[in-house]
Amino acid sequence: MKIADHFDKSMAADALERLIRIREFEDKVHESFISGYVHGTTHLCQGQEAVSVGTVLALREDDYLTYTYRGHGPCIARGMSPEGAFAEIFGRASGVSGGLGGSMHLTDMDLGLIGSFAIVGAGLPVAVGAAISAERRGEGQVAITYFGDGATNIGGFHESMNLAAVWNLPVIFICENNLYGEYSPIRSTTTIDDIAVRADSYAMPSEIVDGNDVLAVFKAATTAVTRARDGGGPTFIECKTYRQCGHSRSDPAKYRPPGELDFWLERDPIKQFKERLVNENVLKEEEIRSIAERVQNEIAAAAEAAADAPWPDERDFTPETYSGTYQTEGA
Amino acid sequence: MTTSTYRESVVRAQREALAKYPEAIVMGEDIGAPGGPFKTTDGLFEEFGADRVRDTPISENAFVGAAMGMAVTGGRPIVELMFADFMGVCFDQLVNGIAKHRFMCGGKVEVPLVIRAMGGGGVRFGAQHSQTGESWMYQHPGLKVYCPATAADAYELLSAAIADVDPVIVLEHKALMATKGEVPETITASDVYIGPTVVRDGDDVTIVASLAMVKRSLDAADKLAEQGISAEVINLRVLRPLVMEPIVKSLVKTGSLVTVEEAHPVGGWSGDVTSLAITEAFDYLERPPARITLPDWPMPYSPGLEDAALPSADRIADVVTSILSA
Repeated sequence: MKIADHFDKSMAADALERLIRIREFEDKVHESFISGYVHGTTHLCQGQEAVSVGTVLALREDDYLTYTYRGHGPCIARGMSPEGAFAEIFGRASGVSGGLGGSMHLTDMDLGLIGSFAIVGAGLPVAVGAAISAERRGEGQVAITYFGDGATNIGGFHESMNLAAVWNLPVIFICENNLYGEYSPIRSTTTIDDIAVRADSYAMPSEIVDGNDVLAVFKAATTAVTRARDGGGPTFIECKTYRQCGHSRSDPAKYRPPGELDFWLERDPIKQFKERLVNENVLKEEEIRSIAERVQNEIAAAAEAAADAPWPDERDFTPETYSGTYQTEGA
Repeated sequence: MTTSTYRESVVRAQREALAKYPEAIVMGEDIGAPGGPFKTTDGLFEEFGADRVRDTPISENAFVGAAMGMAVTGGRPIVELMFADFMGVCFDQLVNGIAKHRFMCGGKVEVPLVIRAMGGGGVRFGAQHSQTGESWMYQHPGLKVYCPATAADAYELLSAAIADVDPVIVLEHKALMATKGEVPETITASDVYIGPTVVRDGDDVTIVASLAMVKRSLDAADKLAEQGISAEVINLRVLRPLVMEPIVKSLVKTGSLVTVEEAHPVGGWSGDVTSLAITEAFDYLERPPARITLPDWPMPYSPGLEDAALPSADRIADVVTSILSA
């Protein structure tokens, strides 16, 4: 499979730009955590960028997405303002949700970004519901939901797969199998090597792809999205990938066997895609460098602006827990 | 006014909503052609079809979560949970998802959905099918919680819940389904009063109750009247937002408070109503308030034990008599 089979030059450049933007974003979040701008914890997705980009490029503007606490990737790939996302993660008033959500809850309904779900498996039923809306509207919209390998052991996963299958809903289930559920290797919590076999239980089409190959992810996602838009129902895609960092900020990932990280760094999705772009004469090295520099500068400027953004005013804070006026006594 | 049963009111509110809102759907277990295990969707499937009245698999987590997904993408789902006890299965979707979503989005996203959950004891269903769910749902900012006690409540509160752009949990009571009452011919859902109502005037004591305990409190008031005690009975109707004004107003008159709650003695609304009454009506209270609740154990199956666990009209009357004579 050649890049040119699926992407023309501008699409290939666009894919690369999005991959780099996520990486730069995540690296900057990491750096900002160390310098005290990020509070609590954060879950980064370096190494998994191709899953976000390959799938998002297969979507339409009016499609819906749900994703996880490790969910910066789909948001940035989808076009969420990096400054708004940084500001949210830094807890500032100009964040995409006014600083009320934080790193685990990036949302932008204008982009169909329904939400990050910080409870493992909780986003899948919500995507199924968005797919019901989509199906009822009859305009060919689809919903896509991202989740990790660990989420496939929670009830909500199976309930959602079954419901989507039995109602033939336009949902694409994207399992980012990054080999670890928090600190536990997948083989210690799951008896199967390929999680995709679970789709068979629901008579749901499935595919296993190299999640570090943006082209392979795009191809599988396009097939699934087309099937869903055409009334063919849900698809399960297992993207084999790797979480290059620990589970969260407090996790140095010392449980990884020696050599594993190096093995996967060799298969880094951005490194691989860059090499192919050059080898297949799609982009020249200087064009790649120019994209990378531009995105680096953009992300640095966005983070800088967010770091200077005002905090929510805690003395004059009116939460919008409900619409309109609402008061419960004793509160 | 027209006469209808509580169950008919539930069906009517849903039927009118399905007719009014093209984006509304009803879903739940066996609620399609069968009309629901408690017949609370009777006739809706025939009238509105399988797209709008959806039988779900036994997957509360999935279809309650799906309701949230529908609500944030232009839908207006009305979900039936066959037993309020099943809220335990989808608790995460209710309290971590639905309740918090609008807040976590900085108020930018509305979540217009209704969860109808049928609960309550007195029907010999044992410990896992007899809870009202009030205490479970009561404490979460982001949810509204309605507890209809009469046929009129069932129609008005459910209609208001469906019209709302915020998520509303409507806790219905199984033992009330066949009860009859006067129901308005027409209402404007947005004008429905959301708060407690005085259902019997009295001067000596204020009894605040919810769901099936309202009728038992009214029966107790009849018994008390025979003893010359005039009890005012307040139907709480709404747990969230909790509105104390009618209760305080009543206490100014009576000076005595008794709450009757079909829940365990810890962590339910009656503790808060009592506490707020003390705070807001301290100068008017003539004696310590009394709380009547379920015992602090799960609902027993055996009929005599279940009957003993549920606050009865006799027990309510006895408590009132004893505090007034103390």
